[in-house]
Amino acid sequence: METLVFAGQSVEVNEEGFLVNPGDWSKEIAVDIARQEGIEELTDAHWKVIEFCRQQATETGSAPTLRQITTGSGITTKELFALFPKGPAKKVAKVSGLGKPEGCV
Amino acid sequence: MTEDNRHIAFICSKGNLDMAYPALVMGWAALGNGIDVTIFFTFWGLDLINDKRVDHLEIAPVANTSMKMTMMGIDTGNLGIPNLMGVLPGMTAFATKLMKDKMDKIEVPPVREYLQMLVDGGAKLYACKMSVDMMELSMDDFVEGVQDIVTAGDFMDMTEGAQVIFI
Repeated sequence: METLVFAGQSVEVNEEGFLVNPGDWSKEIAVDIARQEGIEELTDAHWKVIEFCRQQATETGSAPTLRQITTGSGITTKELFALFPKGPAKKVAKVSGLGKPEGCV
Repeated sequence: MTEDNRHIAFICSKGNLDMAYPALVMGWAALGNGIDVTIFFTFWGLDLINDKRVDHLEIAPVANTSMKMTMMGIDTGNLGIPNLMGVLPGMTAFATKLMKDKMDKIEVPPVREYLQMLVDGGAKLYACKMSVDMMELSMDDFVEGVQDIVTAGDFMDMTEGAQVIFI
């Protein structure tokens, strides 16, 4: 476990870079994490995905899988891979301040 | 595809319902982790991308030593479905329905939908030329998203440096 500074705030992350405590998350932190993941700007579509994931995690206790995101948020698979290129599974969860998704689909 | 990106290639040679899923599950996981994915369908594996066959893949209980009665909800421990019973008409359809129901219950999509997800996620699908010729198929027989019919040599070229998994 280590401490990183996002948007001027110190937060704890695990060895893979996921926030340890989802409560540390803020929109400013999300913007900063996204930039480090190679996403320059978070658009409305990005926020739609992020808000869906945060909502799901509150209800179920874990980050949704990619298929749960596409079936639940109305964002298509193609859009999701375009919004979070090169590994959306981890990127979405990271930017949303959640742990790694636990499902396989 | 970038030169330095990790790349996984799957060779799908089986057309049974249970053997359709390994490449789909691992391929989807790979795409989710930013890994390039190529899938080469050969021999019976062509059923997975055959538009007329993909929704009718089956699993047969005959000679399947892992298929136990407990799968049908009958708690008989290690007691299997006798091969003699497996040959009865309707047993393959029954086993197939059982598996599809179980998959559905854990929210695993059907093969056709799964393939589309992979294509949308950037996976490249190819059909094996020799098998296509042997089974007298053409691109018109395949589901959308199959890129081309290629030779074994082409497959070798396009998977240089990739990790290859044979199913």
